Amino acid sequence: MYPENLKYSKDHEWVKLEGNIATVGISFYAQEELGDIVYVDLPEIGKTVKQNDVLAVIESVKSASDVYSPISGKVIEVNEKLKEKPEIINEDPYQEGWIAKLEISNPNELDTLMNAEEYKKLIGA
Amino acid sequence: MNKEIPLIKDLHDDNRPTINLPDPLEDYLPEKILPEKLLREDIPIPQVSEPEVVRHFTNLSQRGYGVDTGFYPLGSCTMKYNPKINEEIASFSSFANLHPYTPEDLSQGSLEIIYKLGEYLSNITGMDKFTFQPSAGAHGELTALLIIKAYFKDKGEKRKIVLVPDSAHGTNPASATMAGFETIEIPSDERGLVNPNILAKYLNKDVAVLMLTNPNTLGLFEKDILKISQMVHETGALLYYDGANLNGIMGYARPGDMGFDAVHVNLHKTFSTPHGGGGPGAGPVGVKSFLKDYLPKPIVEFDGEKYYLNYDIKKSIGRIRTFHGNFLVLLKAYCYIRLLGSEGLKNVTEMAVLNANYLKERLKDLFHLPYPDLCKHEFVLSGKKQKEKGIKVLDIAKRLLDYGVHPPTIYFPLIVEEALMIEPTETETKNTLDQFVEILKAIIKESEENPNVLKSAPHSTPVGRLDEVHAAKILKVNWK
Amino acid sequence: MAYTPHTSKEILEMLKAIGVSSIEELFNDIPDDIKKKAKDNFILPPPISEIDLINEIQNLAQKNKGEKFISFLGGGAYKHYIPSFVKLVAQFPNFYTSYTPYQPEISQGVLQAIFEYQSLICDLTQMDVANASLYEAGSGICEAALMGVRINGKKEVLVSEGLHPEYLETLYTYLEAQEINIVKIPLNKNGETDIDFLKEKISNKTSSVIIQNPNFFGVIEKELEEIEKITHQQDALLILSIYPISLGILKAPGEYNVDIVVGEGQSLGIPLGFGGPYLGILATKREYIRQMPGRIVGETRDINNRRGFVNTLQTREQHIRRAKATSNICTNEALSAIMAAVYMSLLGKKGIRKIAEICFSRAHYLKDLLNKEGFELTYPNSYNFNEFVLKTPIDSNIVIDFLKKKNIIGGIPIKRFYPEREKEILIAVTEMNSLNDIHFFITSLKEAINKN
Repeated sequence: MYPENLKYSKDHEWVKLEGNIATVGISFYAQEELGDIVYVDLPEIGKTVKQNDVLAVIESVKSASDVYSPISGKVIEVNEKLKEKPEIINEDPYQEGWIAKLEISNPNELDTLMNAEEYKKLIGA
Repeated sequence: MNKEIPLIKDLHDDNRPTINLPDPLEDYLPEKILPEKLLREDIPIPQVSEPEVVRHFTNLSQRGYGVDTGFYPLGSCTMKYNPKINEEIASFSSFANLHPYTPEDLSQGSLEIIYKLGEYLSNITGMDKFTFQPSAGAHGELTALLIIKAYFKDKGEKRKIVLVPDSAHGTNPASATMAGFETIEIPSDERGLVNPNILAKYLNKDVAVLMLTNPNTLGLFEKDILKISQMVHETGALLYYDGANLNGIMGYARPGDMGFDAVHVNLHKTFSTPHGGGGPGAGPVGVKSFLKDYLPKPIVEFDGEKYYLNYDIKKSIGRIRTFHGNFLVLLKAYCYIRLLGSEGLKNVTEMAVLNANYLKERLKDLFHLPYPDLCKHEFVLSGKKQKEKGIKVLDIAKRLLDYGVHPPTIYFPLIVEEALMIEPTETETKNTLDQFVEILKAIIKESEENPNVLKSAPHSTPVGRLDEVHAAKILKVNWK
Repeated sequence: MAYTPHTSKEILEMLKAIGVSSIEELFNDIPDDIKKKAKDNFILPPPISEIDLINEIQNLAQKNKGEKFISFLGGGAYKHYIPSFVKLVAQFPNFYTSYTPYQPEISQGVLQAIFEYQSLICDLTQMDVANASLYEAGSGICEAALMGVRINGKKEVLVSEGLHPEYLETLYTYLEAQEINIVKIPLNKNGETDIDFLKEKISNKTSSVIIQNPNFFGVIEKELEEIEKITHQQDALLILSIYPISLGILKAPGEYNVDIVVGEGQSLGIPLGFGGPYLGILATKREYIRQMPGRIVGETRDINNRRGFVNTLQTREQHIRRAKATSNICTNEALSAIMAAVYMSLLGKKGIRKIAEICFSRAHYLKDLLNKEGFELTYPNSYNFNEFVLKTPIDSNIVIDFLKKKNIIGGIPIKRFYPEREKEILIAVTEMNSLNDIHFFITSLKEAINKN
């Protein structure tokens, strides 16, 4: 439930780095806590965010939760499918349910994130 | 009973007549006078006969629940009995049909009622002057925050922060944003109260105001209020009273005496004006005299002979809405106060507090009681014992519907896990409270023996548990 | 006490169950000096019986002499006929004594009625979505302007001076708090928004353009198509304040591609009530639904697939989003919205058109008579719905005071809002003004001027 090849933030986002492109989403634990996701407010393409800035907002019926960017960079792509089917995040948080791709500006930030083992300890999994 | 009621548009037939109306003057019809480009062709509003419309809305109203139907212990909402005489008075033609721009000499009755209600509320809250424009509690909060903002601007101070406890109503931070402030939440201490030692860390020259409701949303009186008031004022900030919970202290404490500088009062809670399925209400704002020059204008005044609208308010924040506020709501509150007087209102508070403490005592073994101290008009239980067994507070609430009781407020305040916020109000008999206890006991028993009956509740209502996720996804918000 | 039903025996039992010996003990958590001050200072007039209250109130009611007068008052609140059933519905206990429908399964009546209200408002305005109500039009305009700022992030609002002066005052109060700039667009000599001035002032910094139609002076804005083009060319939003009854004959806002419609819903079956409670209408395009303030009812299904209604999109609201909510509004005007739904249902398309035609035709009949009698209007070349501005050869207050002696309230002196305009009166006519009233008004008006 917590793939080894990803890095995790304390706010329950994950990052997958390929070259200088980071794909960002939320963890299995986060989607479970949120419950049925009904809407995702995606960032605009071209927006630059710093680490821990608000990247997106995920809504369930009774909550609206900020998704913090686990890494600094420029948004180059968002998951358009979430506009029609936000529930993909619940169904498949790591593959189909990714949120945005960022061109990262500071690869060193990756070291501030947790590996799967550490993250599992954080959430008590 | 459980048959779907059609939408009014499903009863449409173009050939149905409208209600009995006179005819327009043929020589002055719009198509003879206005250019065609301004005119409308079709109005796609359904045409339904009067008898059908009457049945439709009468049937709809039967799919509902009000204080007049049964017990309604919805925390922080003060769902008390609404005296019927007030409704009758508000329907008097001299009030219901009076235009807001009626000249002052021809509207002295309504102006006098507004003026006197201001005096009464000033006495009840210990404030000096009231405005009646605010139409609801949140509107009152916004008004007061704008007054406070104007006050600091006038003093040449730029204070940006509004402090609220983490148990505060959501309207507090939302109003702060609308007034152009930033909100910081103060954590409550283990007693559920604002702790002066914690507060001290948040107070500084950037803080404009601390917004409190006292009793707070846990139903607890802020015991350190005098110390809090002193600390807030020493840093030059002001203290604001959210009057949602005034029902818990009338006759025993006045916000003005506790050090509050401005208040709003929810007439639709403490002063018995009905809630109307979500509104209308009224949220008049009272201030101490040093803030009265900032009140919205106009204000109703009395010159010894006649009542008049005073527009000459030097530093007024301006208008907060049109006309004189929700006058017919004000009228009902006026009647309520006249019927009860000080002794009656004090009795209201005493019986509200008695009911709440009695119910708390009777329910404390059934649920977890996070704050066991004396409560005022309401108290908060936690369903965490039940949660551990897989029963959510939501399930208990839905099952209560099957027993013909309106559930308490659930999942608020946010600082209590699986919160059940219960406000019985003073108009309920011991018998009703005892029955409520028995119902909750029965439900808890069911939850142990047959949890599914809770999880799939309600069973006896016109519709079963509704799919809010589906609603939020399809967003079908009209019949088009 | 009549509304606190406890017997002394019950009180004793309850105190015993709690474990205290007196009521006072329940207030031990309140500091003594606070209690003492309350005891010494909490002194209201002595309580009275229901019978005495009725007498007291009837005396006060008699001082509202204006209610018995023939009235030509308008200016955002209008005396319209209210069908009896609308008033009855407002007394249905399950509607008026219920709270916000937090438990939808036992609140389907209120929820469906509000869903129907939203739908009827969409039909009337030809917009996509409407909310469940705001307080009234003045604060409604402010909510619309703030919504516009959220949509496009720009912080300047252009406002026609045809907007009701109290709406404009309210707008200043709300918008200054968030440092949003207001630019006023004056009216031309015909009483319509000055298009040239609008073109000059609008820019890509403009968030929205706010127009009222018919405007405060009763003038129909006949260049709305042009205003729409100019506004959208700059990526600004067009906000239109409406008088719902006028939409019985006038082209709907949706047909003009308006972005946000606001309006005072009082005319849809809500009593004048000296100014409230009224009904703030807000409707918009579907794409802006997430930026709307206030409650919205949506359709859904239950576990057995039956249709039902719930409050939806609550993540916009204060109880969830707190400081980031689209508005602080919580309590709204639900009962007024239900009354408006009943009103629109009773009248239907035919009735709404007919009411609009009666208002229009009687107002124009009066206008015609005034012309024939040699009176002057401030905007003689304008189109009107049911309201217009009359010029008086003498100070308007003298005219109004003379008419009072004839039991007529002759309208609103314009100088109430614009002190320099001393000789003008805003006159409104509805279906409640009979032809006899109109004739008597003309005769009395002539007398007022001849004798003063």
